[in-house]
Amino acid sequence: MINNVNDLIKIRDEYAGKIAFRQGQANADGNFKKHVLICGGTGCTSSKSVQIKEKMEEAIKAAGIENEVQVVLTGCFGLCALGPIVIVYPEGTFYSRIEIKDAETIVNEHLVGGNPVKSLLYFETVKGDEILSLNETAFYKKQKRVALRNCGVIDPHCINEYIGTNGYLALAKVVTEMSSQDVIDTLLASGLRGRGGGGFPTGRKWAFAAAQPKGQKYVVCNGDEGDPGAFMDRSILEGDPHALIEAMAIAGYAIGANEGYVYVRAEYPIAVNRLQAAINEARSQGLLGKNILGTGFDFDMFIRLGAGAFVCGEETALLTSIEGNRGEPRPRPPFPAVKGLWGKPTIINNVETYANIPQIILKGADWFTSMGTEKSKGTKVFALGGKITNTGLVEIPMGTTLREVVEEIGGGIPNGKKFKAAQTGGPSGGCIPASKFDVAIDYDNLIAEGSMMGSGGLIVMDEDTCMVDLAKFFLEFTVDESCGKCAPCRIGTVRLLEILNKITEGNGEMEDLDKLEELANYIKSASLCGLGQTAPNPVLSTLANFRDEYIAHIVDKKCPAGVCKNLFTYKIDLDKCIGCGLCAKQCPADAISRTDYIAAGHKLASMSIDASKCVKCGACLPTCKRVNAIYKG
Amino acid sequence: MKKKLTTVAFNGTEEQFKALDALIAEHKGQAGALMPVLQGAQGIFGYLPIEVQKHIALSMDVPLSEVYGVASFYSQFILNPKGDYAVAVCLGTACYVKGAGLLMDKLESILGIKNGEITADRKFSLDATRCIGACGLAPVLTVNEEVYGRLTPDMIQGIIDKYNK
Amino acid sequence: MENMVNIKINNKEYSVPANSTVLEAARYAGVEIPTLCYLKDINEIGACRLCLVEVKGARGLAAACVYPVNEGMEVLTNTPKIRQTRKTNLELVLSAHKKKCLTCIRSTSCELQKLCLEYGVDEDHFVGNNNEYPIDATTPYIVRDNEKCILCRRCVAACKNMQGIGVIGANDRGFDTHIASAFEETLDKTSCIGCGQCIVACPVGALYEKDDTQKVLDAIADPTKHVAICAAPSIRATIGECFDYAPGTDTEGKMVAAMKALGFDGVYDMNLTADLTIMEEATEFLGRFKEGKNLPLITSCSPGWIKYCEHYFPEFTDNLSSCKSPQQMFGAMYKTYYAAKMGLDPKDIFFVSAIPCTAKKFEVQRDYQNAAGVPDVDVAITTRELARMIKQAGINFRDLEDEKFDDPFHIGSGAGAIFGATGGVMEAALRTAAEVLEGKKLEKLEFEDVRGTAGIKRAAYKLGGAEIKVAVVSGTANAKKLLNAIKAGKEKVDFIEIMACPGGCVNGGGQPTQPAVVRNNVDLKALRASVLYTADKNLDVRKSHENSAVKKLYDEYFGEPGSHKAHEILHTKYVKRGL
Repeated sequence: MINNVNDLIKIRDEYAGKIAFRQGQANADGNFKKHVLICGGTGCTSSKSVQIKEKMEEAIKAAGIENEVQVVLTGCFGLCALGPIVIVYPEGTFYSRIEIKDAETIVNEHLVGGNPVKSLLYFETVKGDEILSLNETAFYKKQKRVALRNCGVIDPHCINEYIGTNGYLALAKVVTEMSSQDVIDTLLASGLRGRGGGGFPTGRKWAFAAAQPKGQKYVVCNGDEGDPGAFMDRSILEGDPHALIEAMAIAGYAIGANEGYVYVRAEYPIAVNRLQAAINEARSQGLLGKNILGTGFDFDMFIRLGAGAFVCGEETALLTSIEGNRGEPRPRPPFPAVKGLWGKPTIINNVETYANIPQIILKGADWFTSMGTEKSKGTKVFALGGKITNTGLVEIPMGTTLREVVEEIGGGIPNGKKFKAAQTGGPSGGCIPASKFDVAIDYDNLIAEGSMMGSGGLIVMDEDTCMVDLAKFFLEFTVDESCGKCAPCRIGTVRLLEILNKITEGNGEMEDLDKLEELANYIKSASLCGLGQTAPNPVLSTLANFRDEYIAHIVDKKCPAGVCKNLFTYKIDLDKCIGCGLCAKQCPADAISRTDYIAAGHKLASMSIDASKCVKCGACLPTCKRVNAIYKG
Repeated sequence: MKKKLTTVAFNGTEEQFKALDALIAEHKGQAGALMPVLQGAQGIFGYLPIEVQKHIALSMDVPLSEVYGVASFYSQFILNPKGDYAVAVCLGTACYVKGAGLLMDKLESILGIKNGEITADRKFSLDATRCIGACGLAPVLTVNEEVYGRLTPDMIQGIIDKYNK
Repeated sequence: MENMVNIKINNKEYSVPANSTVLEAARYAGVEIPTLCYLKDINEIGACRLCLVEVKGARGLAAACVYPVNEGMEVLTNTPKIRQTRKTNLELVLSAHKKKCLTCIRSTSCELQKLCLEYGVDEDHFVGNNNEYPIDATTPYIVRDNEKCILCRRCVAACKNMQGIGVIGANDRGFDTHIASAFEETLDKTSCIGCGQCIVACPVGALYEKDDTQKVLDAIADPTKHVAICAAPSIRATIGECFDYAPGTDTEGKMVAAMKALGFDGVYDMNLTADLTIMEEATEFLGRFKEGKNLPLITSCSPGWIKYCEHYFPEFTDNLSSCKSPQQMFGAMYKTYYAAKMGLDPKDIFFVSAIPCTAKKFEVQRDYQNAAGVPDVDVAITTRELARMIKQAGINFRDLEDEKFDDPFHIGSGAGAIFGATGGVMEAALRTAAEVLEGKKLEKLEFEDVRGTAGIKRAAYKLGGAEIKVAVVSGTANAKKLLNAIKAGKEKVDFIEIMACPGGCVNGGGQPTQPAVVRNNVDLKALRASVLYTADKNLDVRKSHENSAVKKLYDEYFGEPGSHKAHEILHTKYVKRGL
């Protein structure tokens, strides 16, 4: 039991060394010579990191060094494309794409023998004879980890490791030294804005709720992260659950609430388990519950699971869902800060927003405002995806340019392709074209470019991406996820999608572009909630930046990127074809047959595709990679 | 999203209903309990047929239409039992860009069922899911808890064969 | 003095109550903002987005129906952007609507149609695929055509919020959202009570009563049939609305004239059997009260309430009065007593009731409602159907000379007249019970405590030395409250009047539809009820037991109230349906 601040500081002092050790201070841990950190995030877990950990512990025992090496299953390191990931401290050697069979090798050669297994290291960390640490890679160098600071550093199941990072000291400071107004003032001064979408100043939200008459109030965490491709909230829940618990308790103190709810997607079982375990541990240690740290402050919190409805990421829908109903949004005003969960004043912030708060309290608003741009302070986590080398999670100071993110941190576009656009904000956002590659990423710049921050999905597209098809993809998503309550979103998005289908099928007319714009603008201004109000953004932003592509689909009946099936056919260059016949074997539609034409220098007759039978699945393409005779025409 | 209603007969047991009653009792008097109860019930029965929803409606004194309204709103609630092997193809952005649609096509042709359906022997069911967050492994599919990543359509037959023994 | 705030609407200043919405405030400014989903106190969900207005400083457009006013607010309701938004909205709704407007039952009374005309929409501006839904006509009373549904959810709110029933709700999500019962069951498989409040809530033609007018027309055309009709107490107070009379206009004389013009062989007043019901029910109450058995006694005039009780409170079916409803008593009496008297074969009699109620269509098909071996009542038609028949027959209702009901069933007392309003049955029963128990004439006939449109009214009267506690309930949600309180032992009542529809029959599910703008701003229930109370006041005979026609029935046929014969013909049985 942690009964007071002194108890907390005692634990902090005991565990701080462990954390320093993982930051490269070789002698900081008096007990262990090495720490082996294995990523236990969803990505790495799905590629068997838990089994790798078991295997490694076995091998360590077999080698008799179990008293010298501590093995830790951590949260996500961010470089998901390279998983499963293993890091060995204090040197910070970075192993990527480890398999179960590699565990023994690493133990024997590296931990026992002292020689890192070069063949298993992430190639970027091997520079001739020199082995770089993780922090020296391009992927990490430009990052600034605030919200993710403990992900991949601590054992999320160990509250003491969290306390070792000064965890719960912000809560301690708040409940012993600060008034609720002090907390809100600090947040206001920090300029922290909501990381889940709209970017509303967090301090102002709290101030509204704090100003409501005393009585039952609630603190809610929006963990219903649903933007396709975004998973920063999950990473925080998996890697640093206590940061959320601490922040929500601070929020409770600031607004006068003693009950909190975390609404998490049920699709995140690991996150839910770790958060629940963390809540239980915090409770048993007295950091949740009655009389926290002996100050008389009470706060407890509970998990509610979502059940697969993107709209529940909208705050009023989320509340309706916690109340046990269809997750349909309700009109605002009244705003949740006035009338929220069960009609009581409620604040709702997302996971990443909360994860910033303990740091702001401990290090001060000035520290936070030293990062970022004029109106967007601090850092933002992005989930890089799509056509980019380093897919994964990155945290960058606001104001970093898109080019830096894609080319330096993200390692550029694979296969020598060209950057065409980046999509941010998921289905609510828009595309930033190559001409705006140097835009400094912050809330206002993204909105000025017709996109938005959203929760931080960043999908990179190369020249093979059709922008009309992309708009269609996002719209299909919103049509699927529209709750159906208000007419503009329910009917409007479907009609919008139907027009896009018409265009990608080659039946578009130029008037359709006007209709798209008319309808899109109507849905934006008339919809009940944020989902509908932003649903047309992918259409509007692609129309603004890639109108030519729309026109090509409509006028030339061509899809320049070769994506829209109705607007191209697969053909075989008879003179290039060597007649191997592999393509015909792959074809599910029996559309490929042999001709009687033998090209000069070839032994076998060339193949040809019957366009009337071809289903355009593209299965033939990879079979011809070497010869490259199949093309879209 | 239109929920498919089941065509297979209900075969719930007395023990399952006992577990359900215990679950409902556990949530008695708790505001907003319908969602956790439905989630728990789905855990017990595997899906939420009318027999189960009626029981919940009567025990919790909620109109059946409200229970069904909630069950048919959220995509995780299923009214149709899953197969022994629930095959789910991720159609999140990353997977989509990397060809998850082709995986779905291939599965449909191999299993002879469409997205959202279950094979006659109840062995396989096939669904599209939203992003499961394994974007680095795109395109991915899951069979029950097992995740398969970096797939191409020609790998599908092998995966199905593994479960078809 | 009410709290007021100063706001600007379309650049003019107004002082409006601080607790108003923009929609309400705009009415002070003489501005009508269009709505489709909003029903005051029942459905305030801001979903149809038709009432969007510009509010200076607000993010985006504001839904006037739920947006509260505040000091200094500036509202614009008629800008080009707003007009275009409303037009696009309507065009989108039409793109998902089965546009069978020419033949739609709600043509000319459709709220969507009216707005489309006002905003000059192009009905084919947006075209697209729509979901197909089967028409649900499985019950004898309600038809649902979801392809016309605009998902305003007013019916769901009426069923769930207003009536506390909830046999329909929103199913599925997004574009597939539709209103139906759980698991897409047809309505006949549910615990729907048939009150029809969903129908009168519907702004379009997605819900309507099962039309039985053809059966009536066929019978009239059949020379072998003796076709009679009786008019329920409340419909004379409402049928005028179908002919452009203001709500609250008494058109009894014209209604009778129109019925006669339709060719019925007898046109009668159901107020008579309302009085008959009182004789039986008051006797039943006095008997039960003396014995202390099956109390509280609960009235049985409202078939929606009866079905509600059977489904949701089967433990109370023994408390129900065994009296048939006035409609069924009329048919039963007609096919027994009157048939014998006139030498008619009951099989040749086609008895029609004109009622404010859709649940009556279920009642006519119930068991134990066939005193003469054939159904007591053959067809029950709603006020709306009767009006439709009159229009179809080319009868110019407004120009008709008043006529009187036919002998010998033309006499109804004031007590019978007020049956159509909540509290009316109780007051009628009290007038009779009081005089029987006290053995002397009442000085004051009005029982004010049981009048008015409140959902639950309670009163206690000292009658014959004993205190009798009564309650009057309208709306099944209120019935649920009271019955649960009784079940929990929190409340003790001796006699309860329950009407399924809020406000009683004047607000029945078979009454003329009124658009939301009327429902939200006019107290229809009180206005319509005032017709009945005025009629009562102006009548010489105001107590059921003083109705000479009723006395004659007992003298010639039934003997005395509660007699064996009366029980055989005028009483019925119930079933425990459960859920």
